[in-house]
Amino acid sequence: MPRLITRVAPLPPDAVTRSAPVLRTTHPWAWWAWALCAGVTASLTLNPLVLALVAVALVTVVLARRDDGLWARSLKFYLLLGAFIIVGRVMVRLFIGGSTTGTVVFRLPEIHLPAWAAGIRLGGPVTAEELVWAATDATRLATILLCVGAANSLANPRTALKSVPAALHDISVAVVITLTVLPQLIASTHRVRRGRRLRGNAVRGLRGLAATLVPVVEDAVEGSMTLASSMEARGYGRTRGQQKVPGHTTVALLAALVSLLLGAFVVLGVPASPVTVLGLAPERWLALFLLAVGVGLGATGLRSAGRRLSVTRYRPAPWGAPENLVCTCGALAVAVGLWLTSPLGYPDQLNPPPLTLTWPALPLPAILLPLLLALPAVLTPRPQRAGGR
Amino acid sequence: MIHFEHVSITQPDATTPVIADATFSIRDGDLCLVMGRTGTGKSTLLGAINGLVPHSSGATLSGDVTVAGRSTRTHRPRDLADVVGWVGQNPLAGFVTDVVEDEVAYGMEQLGLSPSVMRKRVEETLDLMGIADLRRRSLMELSGGQQQRVAIAAVLAAQPRVLVLDEPTSALDPTAAQDVLAAIATLVHDVGLTVVLAEHRLERVMHEADTALWLPGDGRVVSGTASDILSMADTTPPLVELATAMGWPEVPLSVRAARRRIRDHGPHLDLKAAPELREAMSWRGDGHPPVAQLRDLRVTYGDITAVAGVDLDLHAGTTVALMGRNGSGKSSLLWALQGAVPSSGQVSVDGRDPRRVGDDEARRLVSLVPQSPADLLYLADVDAECAQADRESGVAEGTARSLLLRLSADLPGERNPRDLSEGQRLALVLAIQLAASPRVVCLDEPTRGLDYAMKRELTRIIAALAAQGTCVVVSTHDVEFAAQTAERTIVLAEGEVVADGTTRQVCSSSPSFAPQVTKVFHPADVMTVAEISAARVTS
Repeated sequence: MPRLITRVAPLPPDAVTRSAPVLRTTHPWAWWAWALCAGVTASLTLNPLVLALVAVALVTVVLARRDDGLWARSLKFYLLLGAFIIVGRVMVRLFIGGSTTGTVVFRLPEIHLPAWAAGIRLGGPVTAEELVWAATDATRLATILLCVGAANSLANPRTALKSVPAALHDISVAVVITLTVLPQLIASTHRVRRGRRLRGNAVRGLRGLAATLVPVVEDAVEGSMTLASSMEARGYGRTRGQQKVPGHTTVALLAALVSLLLGAFVVLGVPASPVTVLGLAPERWLALFLLAVGVGLGATGLRSAGRRLSVTRYRPAPWGAPENLVCTCGALAVAVGLWLTSPLGYPDQLNPPPLTLTWPALPLPAILLPLLLALPAVLTPRPQRAGGR
Repeated sequence: MIHFEHVSITQPDATTPVIADATFSIRDGDLCLVMGRTGTGKSTLLGAINGLVPHSSGATLSGDVTVAGRSTRTHRPRDLADVVGWVGQNPLAGFVTDVVEDEVAYGMEQLGLSPSVMRKRVEETLDLMGIADLRRRSLMELSGGQQQRVAIAAVLAAQPRVLVLDEPTSALDPTAAQDVLAAIATLVHDVGLTVVLAEHRLERVMHEADTALWLPGDGRVVSGTASDILSMADTTPPLVELATAMGWPEVPLSVRAARRRIRDHGPHLDLKAAPELREAMSWRGDGHPPVAQLRDLRVTYGDITAVAGVDLDLHAGTTVALMGRNGSGKSSLLWALQGAVPSSGQVSVDGRDPRRVGDDEARRLVSLVPQSPADLLYLADVDAECAQADRESGVAEGTARSLLLRLSADLPGERNPRDLSEGQRLALVLAIQLAASPRVVCLDEPTRGLDYAMKRELTRIIAALAAQGTCVVVSTHDVEFAAQTAERTIVLAEGEVVADGTTRQVCSSSPSFAPQVTKVFHPADVMTVAEISAARVTS
């Protein structure tokens, strides 16, 4: 009598916790939206106190809500990178001088450069204002970078890929396959290199490279053929092309692209005029409008294009109250940031004039920014941590 | 269920068809065994069932293949995904995702099933294949048997009526293979699936088979009941050999059937009972000069210990079979003996340590043919590889070529090594490695993908090497091959030697390593059909 439940190999001790019912995880795209808002908020201000508090808020959320995947360990790397940026920026400022007026801390021996390098000064007096300014500017950059790091640590990249719109399904499949095949390719390279010793390692140089490359490439090609057959046999592409993509979808996607492009150009390339309408320059309003139209058109276009492919999703990551709350916190933080930096708020405290040596002030409403950004640490469900491994 | 009508298949560059005018049917609910020597077109035949041939192979197909009423002429493989589940030889290469659960769901996502139906089917399929506790594990870290069961589950989730399996157990140790085959048997008996299965080691599956297809190699496809086909086919598992030697009218499909037949009809041979095993480490190497010593050999990868303190003496002129489950340290032991992976402890071959001498010197001490011999081949044709081997070994021109002839593999010189069959490639790499005339030759899983005739050939080659005074160490899962070939057997478990003695002593006392003939005549001390025939003549 054949066994219905066959023998299985002994499991690691943590397997019990792994098969326990999974708690809900927060949608990866919600974390990305929140991190993006945090980045925008950080870019609005040059107040080192506010920036430091925002960074603390980000780290708090990551520590409270990351799970134990490989990607979740990237926070330390981003913190180190941030510190490196600040130190590096200050060092550059030390050696390449800027303005010489202000409180001179010490003087470095100055190197006189030839005439064609006029305007660049190596060494010379180092002022306290210059150093503080460099450190503040670098802190802002480091904080924005930390936002990307936070999203990276919180959002599982594989779940994120699974949740792309159906129109981008093929791209996500390609990325998933790459992520799967890459370790196999590395393993096969390692195996072949180890095998070279068996033939005495006699050939070197270009021929030696061929001795490694030929078997590895051959392996990879064979592997892709197998993968293609396997995907074909399992019905990949079966539901494709049952409905034609309607013409207006293509038009909508093109229009979205153009609108996004123009919006980005207006944001980056057109200087804001001093006149403000409702606290923002008219150019800024135009940019916001263009970006909003682009995003809207793009979303509808992708949705309509995705309808062609009736591929379904197994256990799609749900989008519910926690996701909405996370996004709302981020959006509110941006809104508060915009208000604080506008003439209606505390523009001088949040963006103190450069090259002044005063202790930065912290207006009370500015505390709202880190508080709003830190809220997801308690509003989202606690992720499951398997312990070990 | 499956109908082939006047089907001929011609490969892209071939002039003669690999399958010519084949007409047969496979009934609903049968387990059909596909057998034939390597290169006779078993994989092509299996691919034709779900339309991979001709749709994604470039071969031309004439005639008509219909599965559950759908013709592969009009239906692409993807259109047959809900009728035919196809599992290839290497499950890892066919995985699209990286987690067990997602992999099982992948096919259903492509079919556009609703999420709730998918969830239900995934749970059912995981239970059916006994892999529910692996659901969140990464596919890469599973054992071979587990990977194969996940691959089967992944096609089963689409609920096909036909399952096509191309050598599902060729890379597995006996126990893992048993797991996979038990799961397949469940599908046939309890679920009522039609299963078409190609397999080299027929002794593992033939007792479950209802019908069989035999590809003699001349383009014909012979179909019939499993026992009829087995008695005429040129692939001879031990039980078939036994039936032929005994002159039995029909082939017993299992050890149990053979034992019953002997109980009821004889022959009742007067055979010496096997002595009881008193000591698992009984190898003394009498009369053979020692050639290599391993003392407290350890191999570790990170925090994994692959070989945990092995003490061994290898003797010249002996053939050693290295057995044990997947991951028990067989390969690591061979690689450490060659010195190609870092190890601690003492290794001494002919008084020298292969880890400390140069690469070309190490080759003359210990030569290794790895599990995938193609890793060592990189030149454009056979002649170039042979010439390179002569230069590498510093021997007279033509040495490798003549070795290749001695291995009775007269390969055309201008052939690209990548176009060679599995067995021919093994012969080529063996010739290249033997050109250095090493003291110890290691073969890592050489029997993978070899048919019975090629295994017999390999046994002959190994015997000839041993007769010249070389020590040959073969790691293998194939107990029948070990019984035929090796004088001494070492069993490894968790990196330690758990048994070391003559093959007869070690294998006949083990339920999983005993060859079929030993099981049939238990408790008699026999291992091969030749011994039975000899005993019959004398009695």
